[in-house]
Amino acid sequence: MVSIMIKKLINSLKEYDSKADTEHRSKKLFGLAALYNTPNEIITAAADVAGKGYEKFDVYTPYPMHGMDDAMGMKSSKVGYVSFALGLTGMCLALLMIWWMSSVNYPNIIGGKPFFALPASIPITFEGTVLLTGIATVLGVLILFNQLPKINSPLNDTDFMKRVTSDKFGLVINADDEKFIDADVRKLFLSGGAFEVQEIYYRETNLGIKTPIFDGKFISIIFATAILTAIITYVTLNIVLYDVVPFDWMWNQAKINSQSKSDFFPNKAGMREPVNGTVARGFLPYEYKGMPDSSVKLLSNPLAVSRKVLERGQERFNIYCSPCHGYFGEGDGRMRDQFPKPPSLHNQKVLNWPDGNIFHVITNGQNVMPSYAEQVPVDDRWAIIHYIRALQRSKNASDEDLTKSK
Amino acid sequence: MDYKKKPLPPIVGKAGFGLLGIGLVLIILAFAVNTQRAFFDYLWMYMFLVSVGVGSLALVALEYLVGATWSTPFRRISEFLSSLIPVLAILVIPLLFGMHDLFHWTHPETLQNDPILQSKAPYLNVNFFIIRVAIVFAVWLAFYFLFIRNSQRQDNTKDPALTRQSIKLSAVFAILFIITISITAVDWMMSLEYHWYSTMFGVYYFSGTLYVSFAVAAFCAVKLNENGYLSERLSNNHYYSFGAFMFAFNIFWAYIAFSQYMLIWYADIPEETFWVIMRMKGSWAYYSIGLVFVHFIIPFIILLPRSSKVRPGLLTKMAVWFVIAHFYDLYWLIMPTYFKEGFVFGWSELGFMMFAVGLIITVFRIRAAKVNLVPVGDPKLESGLNFHLN
Ligand code: HEC
Repeated sequence: MVSIMIKKLINSLKEYDSKADTEHRSKKLFGLAALYNTPNEIITAAADVAGKGYEKFDVYTPYPMHGMDDAMGMKSSKVGYVSFALGLTGMCLALLMIWWMSSVNYPNIIGGKPFFALPASIPITFEGTVLLTGIATVLGVLILFNQLPKINSPLNDTDFMKRVTSDKFGLVINADDEKFIDADVRKLFLSGGAFEVQEIYYRETNLGIKTPIFDGKFISIIFATAILTAIITYVTLNIVLYDVVPFDWMWNQAKINSQSKSDFFPNKAGMREPVNGTVARGFLPYEYKGMPDSSVKLLSNPLAVSRKVLERGQERFNIYCSPCHGYFGEGDGRMRDQFPKPPSLHNQKVLNWPDGNIFHVITNGQNVMPSYAEQVPVDDRWAIIHYIRALQRSKNASDEDLTKSK
Repeated sequence: MDYKKKPLPPIVGKAGFGLLGIGLVLIILAFAVNTQRAFFDYLWMYMFLVSVGVGSLALVALEYLVGATWSTPFRRISEFLSSLIPVLAILVIPLLFGMHDLFHWTHPETLQNDPILQSKAPYLNVNFFIIRVAIVFAVWLAFYFLFIRNSQRQDNTKDPALTRQSIKLSAVFAILFIITISITAVDWMMSLEYHWYSTMFGVYYFSGTLYVSFAVAAFCAVKLNENGYLSERLSNNHYYSFGAFMFAFNIFWAYIAFSQYMLIWYADIPEETFWVIMRMKGSWAYYSIGLVFVHFIIPFIILLPRSSKVRPGLLTKMAVWFVIAHFYDLYWLIMPTYFKEGFVFGWSELGFMMFAVGLIITVFRIRAAKVNLVPVGDPKLESGLNFHLN
């Protein structure tokens, strides 16, 4: 079965090959090609052709030949400039990326370093530079030398190409060279020792009747390859290698999970208990927990009022309180009709309350309002209270307030 | 090949002797005025000469090891430069007498009160230090004599078996070179601040040795060839690899230097940072920033285009630049231990620099007077001369 398919494929390729050679050729001349026997002949021939002032010609040899660039009068390639420009671009983009990620989009303190620090960015900047330089060089070569959108040269599938890729040395002068005169070129070739001169004609596809890059088959093959690669990658990583270290997405880590057993500790409990008589930072127990309002003899607000504190309070209030209490504390939050409507925070009771009572409600909860002690740290609670006081004042402002604050 | 041996012009000898003489006078004065400073300067000069001498021997070995042919016509230059090794074996002796001035860890009272030093003492003690110096020199001298003997014999015998033998030697030397150069760097320079440690320090110094060895070889190669001492068949294109390797080791140095710095910066632990902080104090801060530019950024930009690697005039200028940059780098590694407040450059430092350069020129001239400047019997010479860039 498979062998029959392969045979068919080979036959169709062969057919295509011979077709390409004969039928598809147009009447338009691409250039004249000469074949030489020895490397010395080709070097002198190339120097000759360059010396006569031809510009559109190229040399084809079975192996790289030192000294050919000089003989052909070639200037050093422009690819370097492309690489350089894109390398600099890569450098700037990488720096910009790190700066934006680490100090604008997701600022995170790592090891006490500034959000954006040059030493930490240099490795990535280096990678970015090298990456774009590499890509630029490859693309530069493909576009400048291989004239990328064109994927086929009239020289392909010719007798000439077969010879120069095995044992002969070839030179082609293009017909669109300004100095190109058929008879002159032939004479030049033969006097330089060429043993054969061939005419190379354009293929019809080369003449723009059909641009191969927009060929349906070509495009669908590219798409099919892309999809296949994606599927294979997905299957390998997510199914075949799913549970295999290190492809397991760090599901299994060499650490003790909470509430699990550990043989490391003598009592086999993975979790540690606090040392007797100590309290972890930020976990001070609340002494009026569960008690009624009246018993709360709390604390005045320890935070001084400042613009920063008020802004923090506003932000936290809008996040944690406004869904129920509304942005202005009037009890008209976005949760209305889905949750019991809370009373306005501007009622006489709250107005007269000492700050400690509001703190108590946030920390302890009140009837249907749950405790927010888990979500809102102590300092933020006091900041919110300052903000609530500001809201209350704004609702009950006197004329004096207006003149006082300018 | 048709090689005619010509003696170097007398100006080379005069320049060498002149620098050597003035340098020597200044050195003696320096010791008379301030012995401790003179010993630090001496160490600085010594490390530079090790870079050039041992680094050049490494280049010779490298050529054999990788089968390079481009460098064969120039190999004698590196061989001559490596003749500094026997001289270094003598120059190191005064330095051993300066250990008390140089290394705080040699003081018994320091050892008594310093538990960190006590834990390092099995390695860091005067006797073992001197034994290491002796072993390191034994290795360098042995390989120096073997490589040079093989190479010079080949001039007459044209025996390819000698090349094969040198290839085997170079495989062994490659490993020993890395070990000995790391030991040298750690012993002579890292132990100046004996609390400090960096696992990259050996590589750091190694990158500098090849950096300067390629530069000095390039300088000699271009100057000799421009004046017709090598071969007419050598053209500008033959210099390309010198330029490329100078460029490459410039980047390699930057890579290593930065890696060392970044790890210290990131971990931010006092055992490591104090070494950097010493180099950020007072005028040392400017010096350190200068190092980045002098040693890396400026040569990087100049040597980046391909055309600058085949321009003889530019290459010799850059070679001089590299020599100065390596002096600059070694000064940065050594001197902050002595000049704690800020860097100082006076006639004493200048004297040691002149002595070093004078010594290199003199050694080169003496060797060049006796031996062919081109390894005429080397089987790889022909393909080296046929080197084509394109
Ligand atoms: C899930 C909705 C909800 C959220 C969120 C919420 N509350 Fe309440 N709050 C209520 C309800 C309902 C009541 C009335 C409880 C009752 O019946 O006594 C209340 C009561 C109060 C009272 C007492 C008012 C009174 O007159 O007794 C205060 C003060 C208060 N909340 C402050 C806050 C603060 C500050 C926040 C933000 C940290 C907050 N609440 C978040 C629903 C909420």
